[in-house]
Amino acid sequence: MSGFSAALRAHIERAREWGRNEVRPAGLEADRNAAPLPADHPYFAKFVDFRRRHPSPAEDDTISEGSAVRMAVLNEENAYWDRGMGVAAPGPGLPAAIVAALGTPEQRERFLGPFRGAKEPRWGSFALTEPGGGSDTAAFRTRAIRTDRGYVLRGSKCFIGNAARADWVLIQANLDPEKGRAGQRAFFVEHGNPGMTGIKIEKKMGLRAYESVSFILEDCEVPHENLLGGEQPARTSQSSAYGATMGSLNTTRVGVAASAVGLARSAYDETLDIAKQSGSIKSARVRDRLEAMRRRLRAAWLMTLRAAWKADEKIPNIVDASMAKVFAAETAHELATVGMEIVGLEAGAGDCLVEKLFRDAKALNIVEGTGQIQRIIIARNLVGLPR
Amino acid sequence: MISFALTEEQTQVRDTLLSFATSELATRARSADEARLSPSELLDTAWSLGFTALSIPEDCGGGGAPRSLVTSALMLEALGYGCAGLASAAFASMLFVNPLIDLGSEEQRLRYLPEFCGEKRRAASLALHEGAPAFDPARMATRAMRDGKGWVLTGTKRLVPMGEHASRLLVLARASDAPGLAGIRAFIVDSDATGVTIARDSGTLGLTAAGFARVELAQVRVPADDVLGDGEGADIRPLLASLRIGGAALAVGLARAVIDFAIPYAKERVAFGEPIARKQSIAFMLADMHIECEAMRWMVWKAAAEADAGRDAAKASVLAQDYVNRHAVRIADDGLQIFGGHGYIRDLPPEMWLRNMRVLTSHDAIAAA
Repeated sequence: MSGFSAALRAHIERAREWGRNEVRPAGLEADRNAAPLPADHPYFAKFVDFRRRHPSPAEDDTISEGSAVRMAVLNEENAYWDRGMGVAAPGPGLPAAIVAALGTPEQRERFLGPFRGAKEPRWGSFALTEPGGGSDTAAFRTRAIRTDRGYVLRGSKCFIGNAARADWVLIQANLDPEKGRAGQRAFFVEHGNPGMTGIKIEKKMGLRAYESVSFILEDCEVPHENLLGGEQPARTSQSSAYGATMGSLNTTRVGVAASAVGLARSAYDETLDIAKQSGSIKSARVRDRLEAMRRRLRAAWLMTLRAAWKADEKIPNIVDASMAKVFAAETAHELATVGMEIVGLEAGAGDCLVEKLFRDAKALNIVEGTGQIQRIIIARNLVGLPR
Repeated sequence: MISFALTEEQTQVRDTLLSFATSELATRARSADEARLSPSELLDTAWSLGFTALSIPEDCGGGGAPRSLVTSALMLEALGYGCAGLASAAFASMLFVNPLIDLGSEEQRLRYLPEFCGEKRRAASLALHEGAPAFDPARMATRAMRDGKGWVLTGTKRLVPMGEHASRLLVLARASDAPGLAGIRAFIVDSDATGVTIARDSGTLGLTAAGFARVELAQVRVPADDVLGDGEGADIRPLLASLRIGGAALAVGLARAVIDFAIPYAKERVAFGEPIARKQSIAFMLADMHIECEAMRWMVWKAAAEADAGRDAAKASVLAQDYVNRHAVRIADDGLQIFGGHGYIRDLPPEMWLRNMRVLTSHDAIAAA
């Protein structure tokens, strides 16, 4: 075990400066307004400019760490400043890797091309969750029906990040329900498609900086070429959209775990600051609780890094990713909760970062599989727990 | 002899308030939370129930019912079941009235209580909290200094329920160098007295319908006979005990609401082929929520019964409050967790309940007792 490379540390430093100067204020603005920043907010243009000047660490060849560790480290730092703004960041987002892996060459060019060197903020979006099925990804009901002109999508989706402002939403739908999960495919629905209706930006308890969108697919028509991977995808289990989704979750869970660690570290630092200022740090009970928080934070970070490292080493990491996800999310929640207790009513009275982090943290034990689902996955691997 | 049985009157009071809570409070909870305001027609309806004057002595124009913290706990649990925020607003006057009944001098009762016995709503409140992180009443910074025969109050109070509407406030302040709580006294202050500035407390996490205010006291003069109690003023420790019990009772009601809302959902919501209530991870969570909620309630009743029996309820009230604070947040949190993403949206109540519970359990002066 060793420290991070100098090249990666340089990226962390840059993210820290950017986070302190830009991300934190923007995140607080969105939280106070109780609404995502509009797509034309100056922050997003600045972000695009920042990315043009400083390419993503994912593309930096001088970094010796693997891509999962890079992502974990940067997610942690970004979430320290504002988790919601991280999700709101312009770019193709979560589906980029899926499109890159499974898209036809034409699709990669058509849907990812516009993001390369883009001078304006633009977004992609991925729609998996449905009102009747959150963590139960196999129970989704959205259907795709083949017609002469293409496909017709019917169903509804909820909590879809950035979907109202995205150039396109990659939508998971079942083309062949008789095959169950194997029938799941993904379809590009472009912005302004009249079949995507009832678009509603949900009001949330926290993480208000990004759009969580619900919408209905009402005979939503897309052309044949919008089916991800084309009509005849390569016949491997990975090539079904379902397989791609589940495969990608092995690293996205680690990404959420890393974000939870960043959020937790932020709650810890803020609580410590306030405890010092108020003098309550002199109380042995308060010091004990802070110490316990710090240990738990350290454990969560190590668990997350190990899950990322295993992914980079191509060692199966399903259990590690789930452990890191549930442990880190619950750590963030616990740290913010304990922070609220130490800070007391001052936090409840608003204008206190700990209060915002308390609301933000709660989501992390729900998104990308609830804590209950993670435990099922872990237990299934440990003791063969049936579904 | 030990008994968990309620008297006929207690059952009646509880049932009346439970029906009020479900039909009037629960239905307005979300809109009041978003508006950060309690609708005045609701406050009028609550007033018309007559509970504020119920225990005011008959010679002051009230109902003359004996004061009982067990009955108060039953009332607050019922109200908390509907909406703790709206309940805090609708019954804020009790935070002024009940301490006067319990600790006020004969003269103070006759002077101040009759105005709360009429049909027209009167708002009053209690100013206990201060801005310090982890506020501890024993380390209160608001001072009451002797000035001739009277007092001069200086300090800043926070999170005063319905503070902007209150015509009178009961202000807690350090009145002597006696250590800890022994040196604290309560003062009856007119909200339009010179030196009093009241402003809305911004952005509370939860209980936003309670109308929390910040009260600045700049050299506010209070006559000698407006220190609560006879002579040098009453020991306020019984008041703090009743506030702890009341706040805890409100939290029990809120916790019960969470559980009663989560159970039918868990039985209906299907994931991985069966209702999630049939998954042990969810079923055990619900069982634990139920166990803790019951334990919380009996702790609260025990503390209230100690006070009603004329014994010092300080210790029992701290135990009850501490137990409730620890477990109630967990219940609200698990309630949201069972709803998953749907619980996080500001639409269904779970996220509001978690915010309310978080504030309720770090705050012991919201409920009248």
